[in-house]
Amino acid sequence: MQMKTGRRSVIPGFGLTMGYTIVYLSLIALIPLSTILLKTAGMGWHRFLSVVLSPRVLAAYKLSIGASIAGAGINSTFGLVVAWALVRYRFPLRAILDAIVDLPFALPTSVAGITLTAIYSENGAIGRLFEPLGIKVAFTPIGVIVALTFIGLPFVVRTVQPVLQDLEKELEEAAATLGASRLQTFALVIAPALMPSLITGFALAFARALGEYGSVVFISGNMPMRTEVVPLLIMTKLEQFDYEGATAIALVMLVMSFAMLFLINLLQTWSAGRHADG
Amino acid sequence: MPTDEWELNRMLHAGLVTVPRDDALVRMRRAASEPVWAQALIVGIAVTFLGVFLILPLLTVFAEGLRQGVRVYLAAVTNAEAGSAIRLTLLTAGIAVPLNLVFGLAASWAITRFEFRGKNLLTTLIDLPFAVSPVISGMIYVLLFGAQGLLGRTLAAHDIRIIFAVPGIILATTFVTFPFVARELIPVMESVGSEEELAALTLGADGWQTFFRVTLPKVKWALLYGVVICNARAMGEFGAVSVVSGHIRGLTNTLPLYVEILYNDYDFAASFAVASLLTSLALVTLVAKRILGGKVEPAEMALREGTQTKREAA
Repeated sequence: MQMKTGRRSVIPGFGLTMGYTIVYLSLIALIPLSTILLKTAGMGWHRFLSVVLSPRVLAAYKLSIGASIAGAGINSTFGLVVAWALVRYRFPLRAILDAIVDLPFALPTSVAGITLTAIYSENGAIGRLFEPLGIKVAFTPIGVIVALTFIGLPFVVRTVQPVLQDLEKELEEAAATLGASRLQTFALVIAPALMPSLITGFALAFARALGEYGSVVFISGNMPMRTEVVPLLIMTKLEQFDYEGATAIALVMLVMSFAMLFLINLLQTWSAGRHADG
Repeated sequence: MPTDEWELNRMLHAGLVTVPRDDALVRMRRAASEPVWAQALIVGIAVTFLGVFLILPLLTVFAEGLRQGVRVYLAAVTNAEAGSAIRLTLLTAGIAVPLNLVFGLAASWAITRFEFRGKNLLTTLIDLPFAVSPVISGMIYVLLFGAQGLLGRTLAAHDIRIIFAVPGIILATTFVTFPFVARELIPVMESVGSEEELAALTLGADGWQTFFRVTLPKVKWALLYGVVICNARAMGEFGAVSVVSGHIRGLTNTLPLYVEILYNDYDFAASFAVASLLTSLALVTLVAKRILGGKVEPAEMALREGTQTKREAA
C-alpha cells in the first residue's frame, strides 16, 4: 500500500513512531481485546444467547442502564446549574469549587465506594436523614444511582463550561433589547447553543457509568436480580472461573460501549461545528 | 465581561459614546442577566450539589480515618502491609507511566506530523480504554495469560506467572492509562505546527536534535499535564487491577485494593486511613492539574494566534 505522506515528508521518524505506535497498541490493547471475540466465537450461538438472555443477566443490564441514565440525568440537570454558576457569577470559594469538580476523575473508585457507603448507610451523615422517612439509600438501587452520579459528575460540567464561556453576551443583550424576557432569552438563545455540549456530557457520563465497578460495588450490596450491576456480574463469573459466561456478557457490554463511543464522536463533531458557527 | 465594561467606561469618559441620562445601558445589562434572587438560588443549588457530592465525601474520608485517633491512623498507614501496598503502587506507576509517556510521544508525532490512511481510526483506537469497563480491561489479560487462557499452558510450562501476580497488575494498569499522555499531546502538537521543526531540519539538525531542542520545549507543559493525570489513574486504578491481582495480601495488593481488603475485614478506621493517602494524592493531582492547565492553555492560545496571524500575513 502506498503511504501518502504529503508535503510534511521532510520530517523524519515516520517509520519509527508509526511502527512503535502500532506494535504497542497491538500488544497492549488489540491482541488482548481480540481474546473476547475468540472466546465467544468458540461458544456457539445457542450457548451465547442462553447466557446473555438469562434472567439474572437481563436484570443486571436493566439496573446498569437504568441507573446510568438516572445518574447522567441528575448530572445533566445539576451540571448545567454548576457550570452556569461557575462561569457567570463570582462568589466566595468559586475557584476552589471549580478545581474540585474533577475530584471523581482523580479519586480511586474504591475510595469513592467506601466513602459513599459510609455517608449513605443507615447511620451515615445523609443516610441518617433518610432513615426516618423509611428510605434506604445504601444497598438499594438508589445507592447505585448515587455512586454513578458521583462518578459522572465532571463530564457535564466540563463539556458545558467552555461553551458557556464562549457564548457571546451581546446576543443575550440584543434579545433583551428586543423585548425578550430573561426566560425567553434562555429558552430561545442560550439553550439551543448549549444543547450539543449538554447531550455530549450526558453521553460521556452515561458511558462511564455503564462500565463503573469500584464505586458501585460497596454501596450496592450486590444482591442478584436486585442491586447487581453488569461489571459486578462479570467479576462474579470470573471468580467462579466461568470465563465463557463472563466473556459473553462482556461482549454485549463492549458492543454497547463502542456504540456510545461512536455516538459521542458524532456528537462532538456536531458540537464543534455548532461551536465554530456560533 | 470586565474588559468590555472597562472599555465602555473609557469610551464614556472620553466622550466617544453618549448614553441617555436614564441609563438605558444599565437597564439593558440588567435585562440580560438574572435578578439577584435567581442568581442566589443558582449559586445556592450549585454549592449545595458540589458540597453534598464532593466536599462531604472528602471530609468523610479524613474524619473516618481519624475516628479512632491519630495513633491508629499512623499505625494503619505505616505497618508492613501498607508499606508493601505503597511500594507495589509506586512500582506499577513507575513502569506504566514511562511506557505510556514514550507511547504518547511516538503516537502524537506520527499522528500530527504525517498524513496517512487510517489516521482517524488510529486516533479512535487511542480512546479505546475509555470505552471499556475496568472489569473487562482486567478480564482480557486473564483470557490471554490466565491458567485457562490462550497462553496459559505455555506460560505454566515455563513457570511464568502473569495473572495473580505483579506483571498482570502492571499490564492492566498500562492498558487503562495508555491514552492519557497521547490525548494531551496530540492537540498541542497539532496547534504548535511544524514550521520551526522544518527550519531546524533545514539548518542541519538531525531528527533527535529537532525533537529534543525544538519540539519538546514547546509541548513540555502539556506533556507534564498528561503525565500527572496518567500517574493519578495508574496509582488509583481499582477495577482492572482487582480482576488480575488475586488479592494476595502483602504480594499483589496495590493501595486501592488494600483499601477494599481492610474494608471487607471490617477494619474501617484502617481502611479510611489508607484511603486518605489516596485522597491526598488526588488533591495534589487536582492542584497540579490547575497549575499546569493554566500553563498549557495560554501557551497554546498564543501559539494558535501566532500561526493564525502568520497565515493571514502570508
